[in-house]
Parts: sequence; C-alpha cells; structure tokens
Amino acid sequence: MSLERIKIAPELHDIMPEEYQDLVQRATYGNNSRGWKDIGTSKELIEEHSLCAGCPESMAFRYILASLPNPEDTVMVGSTGCTSLVFPHVGVHNIHSLFGNQNAIASGLKRALTVRFPDRAKDVVVLAGDGATVDIGLDMTLQAWFRQEKFTTICFDNELYANTGGQESGLMQKGFVAKMAPVGKTFEKVRLPEIARESGCHYVVNCTVSKPNLVEKVIKNAIHVAREIGPTYLQLYTPCILEIGKNSMEGLQEMRDSEKPTERFAYKEYISETAKELLTEIAAKEKERKAAAKKQLAEQTA
Amino acid sequence: MNTQYKVMPGPEHFLPPSASSMGIRLPDPGQGHIHGSIVPEEEAMEAAARQILQGKVPTIFPGPLVLWAWNEKAAQKAKAIRELFETIKECAASSQQPMLIPMPDYRPKYPKINPEIEINPNHPNLTIWHNKIDVCMFVGVHCHQANLSLKIIRGGTNCYTIAMCAQAGHEDAMLTFRDATAEKILRLSEWVRKLKGSVEPPSN
Ligand SMILES: Cc1ncc(C[n+]2csc(CCOP(=O)(O)OP(=O)(O)O)c2C)c(N)n1
Ligand code: SF4
Ligand SMILES: [Mg+2]
Repeated sequence: MSLERIKIAPELHDIMPEEYQDLVQRATYGNNSRGWKDIGTSKELIEEHSLCAGCPESMAFRYILASLPNPEDTVMVGSTGCTSLVFPHVGVHNIHSLFGNQNAIASGLKRALTVRFPDRAKDVVVLAGDGATVDIGLDMTLQAWFRQEKFTTICFDNELYANTGGQESGLMQKGFVAKMAPVGKTFEKVRLPEIARESGCHYVVNCTVSKPNLVEKVIKNAIHVAREIGPTYLQLYTPCILEIGKNSMEGLQEMRDSEKPTERFAYKEYISETAKELLTEIAAKEKERKAAAKKQLAEQTA
Repeated sequence: MNTQYKVMPGPEHFLPPSASSMGIRLPDPGQGHIHGSIVPEEEAMEAAARQILQGKVPTIFPGPLVLWAWNEKAAQKAKAIRELFETIKECAASSQQPMLIPMPDYRPKYPKINPEIEINPNHPNLTIWHNKIDVCMFVGVHCHQANLSLKIIRGGTNCYTIAMCAQAGHEDAMLTFRDATAEKILRLSEWVRKLKGSVEPPSN
C-alpha cells in the first residue's frame, strides 16, 4: 500500500541520486514486520550521522528508525542537542522545534494531521535530549501529557547537556561532576518515568538501548498505544561517552552495567489497563498474521 | 506600483533582500514577471526561451513535487519536464551544455552534497558554482524552499533564475510563471523550438 505512494516519476527516475532509488527499492516501507533485523540487509532510514564516533545515540537512532511501524506516515519532532544534528540525515519527515518546545509543536502537529487525514493513521514521535525534555521543555512535556495528546515522547537520556559541553541536567545523577558543572549535582535524578505515569502516560518505559529487540518492542508498543489511546513516554539511556570519559567501544558496556537490576536503568515499565488490552489485541492479531503468512509460504513451497 | 528595484542576476551580496520587501509584486493569472515587472505570460515565455538558448549551461531543477509521482498531475508534469529538457538538448548549440539536476528533498545535507548530481535548497550555490550554471529553471519546489533558494542564488552567483511555479509565482526569481501545468511547460518547450536559430548562442 505505502509503496504506491512513494514512487519516483518514471521520466525522471534516471536523474534521481542512487540514495533515493535505494530508498524506494530497498527500504522497508509498507513491510508490516519491519524491525531491527532489517538492519544490514535493507536500506536504512539513516546511514550517516554527525555524532561522535561510537556515541550510543547512533545505535538508538538506527534501532528506532528500523522499528517505526509506519515510517511513511510518521513525522518526528526533534529539539536542539546532539540529536538535532542527526535529523537532517534521517529519511523520515521531521521538524526541528525550538529547544524545549518539542511537545507543544507535536501537539499541534498531531491535531492538524488528524483533521487533515481523518482516514489515515499518522504517527507523531518526539525525540529529544534530557535537557530539552526535563529541564527547559518540562512545561511543554507535562502539559502535553496532561492534555492526553496522542503522540510518543522519547527522551535520549545522557544525563547532561552534551551538545553544549556538559552542563547539569535534571536527569543527571546526584553527585555527578561534569565539565561545566564542577560543583557536582546536589539533588537526585528527577524521576520522570514516575511523573509520566502520574501525568497520564499510558505506556512508560525506562531502559537502555543495549538490546535492539527490546528497543523494537518498546518503540512499537509506545507508538501503537499513542495512536489509539493517549500519550506514551520512553526514557532511553544513551550515555554521552565523551562526557563520562569512555572511548568509542565502551558505550555498550556502560549501558549493560547501568541496566543491572539495582541500577538506575533497570528495565521499568508501566502500562495502563486500556493500553494492556490494546497490546494484547495487537499481539493476538500479529500472531494470526504470522501464522497465516507461514501457512501461505508452506502452500507455495509445497 | 513603480519600483526602482530590479530582480537581476547577482552576485547581489551576502544577504539580498527578499524581492517582495523591495516592492516587487506577484503577477495575476495570465501574467508573469521579468526582473520584477509584470508582463503578459506569452512575453515571459519568449524571454525564458531566449535565456535558455543563450545560456552556457541552461539547467532545469525539478523539485520533490514533480520528481515523486504523488498523483497523475505530478506524473504529467514530470513527463513535460523531460520533454522540455530533450527539446533544449536538441536545440542547443555546441557551445551549450544543458543539464537536468534534481532537488529530491529539502534536508540540509551537510557536508556531503554531491553537486554533480543534485541541488539542495539550503546551499544551492554549491551546485551552481560546481557546474558553472548560468541559467536555471525551478519547477516543482515548494514556495518557501524556492524563495529561500532563489535568494541565495541571487546573493552568491550570477545565475539567471526562472521559476515555473504552480502557485502564484516567485518575486525572488528573475523571471516567473504562475499556475504551472504540464501544458504550460510544453508551451515553453515549443517556444524554445520556435526561437532556435534566432538567438545568438554563447561563445565557446
Ligand atoms: C532556547 C534555547 N536555549 C538554549 C539553547 C542552548 N542549547 C543547545 S543544546 C543544549 C543542551 C541540550 O541538552 P540535551 O537536551 O540533554 O541534549 P544532548 O545534547 O545532551 O543530546 C542547550 C542548552 C538553545 N539552543 N536554545
Ligand atoms: S557529545 Fe556525547 S551525546 Fe553528543 S554525540 Fe558526542 S558522545 Fe554523543
Ligand atoms: Mg542530554
């Protein structure tokens, strides 16, 4: 279905740069079961980035973009920070909002898309840093949740303002000393996942991006719940290796260490009752779809 | 409104004013503008065809609205653009090197734009400088991106800009059409054919 909409005009096909021909021919638009396993075998919606070498945000971007259930009908909203330098390379519609305003922009966008395309599912996904989500944009973040706006908020939590050189953020751990916060944080890491739950989010997860299958699962759940029910929130640990003094190969281990059961990124999930019903329904349909596809394949090969 | 300001090939300067702020207004249906002065559309057709036949590297820049087959209308326009380009090639003198370079989307592709094969509205001058383009036509580019780009071109290059606009035209181009359709694009192609031989081609 969706591939019919993403078509190059035949008369101008030969002048289109290879990158765009690839996006049409080898990307996974319209593939119901697209996910992280397509990475490496199909055209990705991001291939180059401007992050530091080995920055876990780059892994997170790849897994998230591979897992969007509906990329051709998704608009992402970014904010200033390390992530904003990546968005120009992303093959999904995206809007750069003024720092902190991302959830306000996404609210208006989602409402406008609903009016403009009443018969088509349009997903809006905010992706911003912890400074944008929890400090300067906290008002917009919370108000969108209070109003039950139907979009997903993803926070790339690297526990400081990375892009501006390491200032203190609300999500920084107590006692942490950063390059531009030499005194050390004097209060606890803000408990945004709990605040999200109390503010009306129907699906909340706190985790790292060390496991691609987990990222795929939570992204799909969060987007489906936001589409049908109301706001959802994902807080993903994407450590700033530059600021915590790790080299480019150490990001993954840092995430693994921080997701141990007693650590601050131990997997934490909250799902509202209505969201639970929806996800059970979706899982049942998915099972049916897979069984039918398997049966069809068996019949074809028989 | 009479105005002193003329929308001319640059390089004008680093931040050229938007032509509308200098009093240039858009044509009404059936009209175009040349350097900011309103003219009948047919006059704009002839002037555009002359520019194309005089340019060393006359180039069409099709944008996302025509490169992607969104609907039947877009597909028809793409077909007409191809035909216009083939006509320009056919009518071009040996001293001319016509080009057809796409603007597939508007992402600011820093720093990896390949100016040989694409143009980007955020730094269009890179493609124009690289290929020494001296006449160009925008078609199928959303208004905001076209205006931004046309202004950058006027600021930093000496390229003559033509806009084949599907809406109300572009003040920031040196010559604009409005309400572009496939038929209008084909009419320009006929004008190029008609004027072939009567326009002095560029010297080698
Ligand atoms: C309105 C506004 N205020 C401040 C800034 C400066 N600024 C740019 S990036 C940034 C911090 C970003 O931190 P975060 O959201 O955590 O993203 P990160 O770079 O860590 O991924 C700040 C304060 C800005 N660009 N705009
Ligand atoms: S500064 Fe930190 S968060 Fe930003 S790209 Fe570099 S490693 Fe990643
Ligand atoms: Mg941060």
